[in-house]
Amino acid sequence: MLPGGGGPMKDCEYSQIITRSSSTMESAHTSNTPRRKWEVFPGRNKFFCNGRIIMARQTGVFYFTLVLIVVTSGLFFAFDCPYLAVHITPAVPVIGGILFFFVMGTLLRTSFSDPGVLPRATAHEAADLESQIDVANGSSSVGYRPPPRTKEVTINGQSVKLKYCFTCKIFRPPRASHCSLCDNCVERFDHHCPWVGNCVGKRNYRFFYMFILSLSFLTIFIFAFVIAHVIHRSHQTGFLNALKDSPASVLEAVVCFFSVWSIVGLSGFHTYLISSNQTTNEDIKGSWSTKRGKENYNPYSHGNIVSNCCVALCGPIPPSLIDRRGFIQPDAPQSVAPSNGITMYGATQSHSNMAAATPLLQTDPHLASDEPPLPGKISLSAPCAPLPLGQPTPPSSTPNLSCDTTLSDMLPTREEQGGPHFLTPEEAPSPLGMLSSGSSLTHSHTMHVFNLASQDSLHEDSVRGLVKLSSV
Amino acid sequence: MRQQAAIASKVFVQRDYSTGTTCQFQMKFLPELENRIDKQQFEETVRTLNNLYAEAEKIGGKSYLEGCLACLTAYTIFLCMETHYEKVLKKIAKYIQEQNDKIYAPRGMLITDPIERGLRVVSLTAARE
Repeated sequence: MLPGGGGPMKDCEYSQIITRSSSTMESAHTSNTPRRKWEVFPGRNKFFCNGRIIMARQTGVFYFTLVLIVVTSGLFFAFDCPYLAVHITPAVPVIGGILFFFVMGTLLRTSFSDPGVLPRATAHEAADLESQIDVANGSSSVGYRPPPRTKEVTINGQSVKLKYCFTCKIFRPPRASHCSLCDNCVERFDHHCPWVGNCVGKRNYRFFYMFILSLSFLTIFIFAFVIAHVIHRSHQTGFLNALKDSPASVLEAVVCFFSVWSIVGLSGFHTYLISSNQTTNEDIKGSWSTKRGKENYNPYSHGNIVSNCCVALCGPIPPSLIDRRGFIQPDAPQSVAPSNGITMYGATQSHSNMAAATPLLQTDPHLASDEPPLPGKISLSAPCAPLPLGQPTPPSSTPNLSCDTTLSDMLPTREEQGGPHFLTPEEAPSPLGMLSSGSSLTHSHTMHVFNLASQDSLHEDSVRGLVKLSSV
Repeated sequence: MRQQAAIASKVFVQRDYSTGTTCQFQMKFLPELENRIDKQQFEETVRTLNNLYAEAEKIGGKSYLEGCLACLTAYTIFLCMETHYEKVLKKIAKYIQEQNDKIYAPRGMLITDPIERGLRVVSLTAARE
């Protein structure tokens, strides 16, 4: 029907369009080789070894940590241990070796394992939730940011608000939080640690704790024996000669001296958190503090310090919920398209999902019309003033004791300031929610902690800046 | 259109957080299920699932032993053996398969293993031809 000249040209264009579209995520359907799920993972993570290893996107600081530990320990084994093994005891390099391997093992385990990432909701689930929320709200006009959604539940007698994550399209389980650096919701989110290059959450918290604990011991061990080495040598050859004979000892001593304060402090802090079964998030916000009210208590605590420690360190490790190495099934429900954390997308995506899902919902008229079968009421909190500037610096496990003091100093001021996004200070996405809930980011216009906008590069720069500042 | 007609209407049984963060699902019998399955049957299924998940996450002598052993071997032991949780998850998968075969498939429904939905929901799909 078309003129001969136009025919081949048209075909050319058509095939070009196909190639372009096949470079999107949907290419899983068209390619012949089965792809693994990690290749289409919506979060901002890096995967290695065909999905066996998962890390955050920025790993520069992690390599720095590795180098620092390996070099310092290497210098210790090469220059101090020979002398110490002979003059004091050969147990020194043996114990040092054991400590070193334990530190490396736990570090790699923390960095490479899945912290407890929650997979995003499938389109059906998201639509189902949307319909329940819309029923609760009444309809809201398209084109303006919908109010933040919360759900209240009672846990062991304590009332807890569950927030809706606009990026992941789920109501976050209690203690979960959205990491904006990794763009994932993580269960029992503690913090995002740039030093290990990963989030610290439910599945890798005990490895993280073991890492900082063993690193404290290693640092103290190296520091003590380097000092012992220098002193021992200086008895024979004088102090300055001793320093000249083993210059590496000086370097090690300096590194250890500056590290020991921060790492031991951090270990102490996390020991306290474990014994009271709190996350860094909850501690910073004072969620379970009695200052909030006499009836306020931690509903997750098992009652005593021993139980809390045992559960945190020796309890069962839940399996990874993201099946990284599984193959993508062509007919499996796809999770909702990842939003890039920008406000408009969150709102419009949910609406487009609704539109797409409506024909499905109409097949069963009961689905949308009844009250949502949720235990608590779905309450709405009106958007409030943006998060105030000058939020306290999260430790983000930058090993820096001063961070902790800064936090405690700033905590009262943060609470006094006006409502954050979700209306009350209690609901404020904590600064440690690491640069917080996707919900606040997707809605944000809020200048978040450290005045972060929802831009990756700004996040990166801020975090790096903080890391540099705190590593001095 | 064909695909949409074949896609079922889905009902989602959400998590029950009243006892904390342990994996439990709500026993509430959803109105959408009224005409499709027996209430007792549904509650029995959910109750058994809840018990199985509680068993997986149980904190006791055995789990402590496993945890300590793992710590002492620097977690390398998990290269050889699977955790207690994983063993129970296999049990759960088998149970769901069995329930589907015996009870739900004859009524035209299918239960999806919650682990495939990130332990967020138990999804009941009414298959329609």
